[in-house]
Amino acid sequence: MGAPAPVDLAATAHRVREHIVGMCGGPEGGHLGGSMSLVEILTVLYFEVMRNDPRRPAAPDRDILVLGKGHGAICLYGVLAERGFFPVAELAEYARPGSRLMGHPVRAVPGVEMPTGSLGHGLALANGFALADRGRRCFAVLGDGELQEGSVWEAAMASAALGLGNLTAVVDRNRLQITGPTEDAIGLEPLADRWRSFGWSVREVDGHDFAALREALARDASGTNGSAARRDGAPVVVIAHTVKGRGLPSVEAKTRGHYARLSGRQADRSLAVLRARRRREAP
Amino acid sequence: MTGDRPEERPDERPAGRPPSAREVYRDLLPELMLADERLYCLDSDTGLFDRDAFAAVPGRYLNLGIAEHNLMGTAAGLAASGRMPFVTTMATFAATRALEFIKIDIAYNALPVRIVATHGGLAAGHLGPTHHALEDLGIMRMLPGFTVVVPGDARQAEEAVRQSLALPGPVYIRLGRAATPDLDGGRPGTAPFEIGRAQWLRPPGDVAIIACGPHPVLAALRAADLLDARGVRAAVLNLHTPHPLDVDAVLAAAAGTRGVVTVEEHWRPGGLGGAVAETLAEHAPVRVARVGMPAVFAERAGDQEHLLDRYGITADAAAAAALKLFSGTHGGGTDDPCLSRV
Repeated sequence: MGAPAPVDLAATAHRVREHIVGMCGGPEGGHLGGSMSLVEILTVLYFEVMRNDPRRPAAPDRDILVLGKGHGAICLYGVLAERGFFPVAELAEYARPGSRLMGHPVRAVPGVEMPTGSLGHGLALANGFALADRGRRCFAVLGDGELQEGSVWEAAMASAALGLGNLTAVVDRNRLQITGPTEDAIGLEPLADRWRSFGWSVREVDGHDFAALREALARDASGTNGSAARRDGAPVVVIAHTVKGRGLPSVEAKTRGHYARLSGRQADRSLAVLRARRRREAP
Repeated sequence: MTGDRPEERPDERPAGRPPSAREVYRDLLPELMLADERLYCLDSDTGLFDRDAFAAVPGRYLNLGIAEHNLMGTAAGLAASGRMPFVTTMATFAATRALEFIKIDIAYNALPVRIVATHGGLAAGHLGPTHHALEDLGIMRMLPGFTVVVPGDARQAEEAVRQSLALPGPVYIRLGRAATPDLDGGRPGTAPFEIGRAQWLRPPGDVAIIACGPHPVLAALRAADLLDARGVRAAVLNLHTPHPLDVDAVLAAAAGTRGVVTVEEHWRPGGLGGAVAETLAEHAPVRVARVGMPAVFAERAGDQEHLLDRYGITADAAAAAALKLFSGTHGGGTDDPCLSRV
């Protein structure tokens, strides 16, 4: 099993953003901001970095991703649907009664490894997956607000102590939580130093830059993490600097974009904004 | 965060003293791991294990330190990868501190994690209420899919651990701390220990005493003797698996009696007594009197026996409760002034 054939990542990410807006236009709305900040991260992981096979979601030689920030579910669903784990048309059922697509990831959805959403669980789960098979890569995608949970640091200490060189944590560093800036709540800086002091190899990238993400997340010759880490060596954390609500200027980097229930008109307008931006940025 | 750790190294067992349940578990686990490569031992700095004992199964004994959330999450990740981790910590740190990780990561995913919890009930004695586990059975039996087992002695603990390997879902096995008498010794004819099947230690009678855990079951047996001397025949059921409950056995024990007495090392609400009362209320209502820890935190030091006696988890209390049921003077309330404050 290998990574999928090359696709146009930018076009894929654009469609994922459209899916997110569509789901936020559903009856319950959705976590708009923290899903938009995650789009490039999950897209590059599922389409270029990870070994996965949509026809065999439980294949034993797959790589593992645990979405610690489970409120990013609609981004994950959009990416999984685009990747072929389930039909894109099913996204229209999101949060509707009877749908398996719940507001936080559930295992009933093909491609979802673990139900998450209670914050602070993802890294410990990834530790277990990484321990079970050191030959596969395991990813924990964490929210920056999530790092306020003490259990993250229990797990972070263990990942390094256990020498989980096949483990990569990705922090979606969008700097906002529900009530406002993370640094106004319980600040996280100096974030890179904190991870480093816990024994991690740290990389910092623009979390919306595919090339930078690709390089930071690349598999090295040993088959595990990139050049900064060795097999059975230090785990790697990629601090991905992102913009919450990325793609929609009305909510970009704004606290109020955390959760949105878009009316039909708002959803249409948001889609128009996304498409205009896409046309502007098209090569 | 666990503060005082077990002060007594279990491997410093004086010659002649029978092994405790946790010593039996400690010695058995490496042997089971050798035979079954799915098995892992996840330790939380309990001091129970000797790393060298796992030399033959490299990489599968992991001391994850004093960090119970990570302990349970890691166990879930391993179990979701086809492994079967045995997680060892003290009962109160499993069932309360790490509860959400057990609920979401283990129970929700129905994963084959075995939580072997030591220092159940009042076993931590003088270490105080931070180390007493008087809520764990109630909590664990509420989690969908969990099997909850309280072996009555060291041999039953060994059986519980062995038999747990065949269960597809999560299991909680509650052990004590010190050695306790052999329950089956000298009682040939007693049905063998089987997870999920209650064990008849005295046949059906005028009243029924249903108990779980070493001290409560011994108290139930002594209570039956006391009652016998008063001309009252008492069934004794070792209900070592509070969940899923052996409904048939409970109904059979209660049938034709004036009532049922439950005995457990647990706060009265929610544990074995709660499970039995729920079952009887649904199927065949009879009076239930619950002998257990009143709804208080221990306020004075004492070893396990002292605390059991002080808080009335005794043969005398069980016999008195049974006599009241038998004579029809049990008012349906409780004599325990502590409970009226609940």
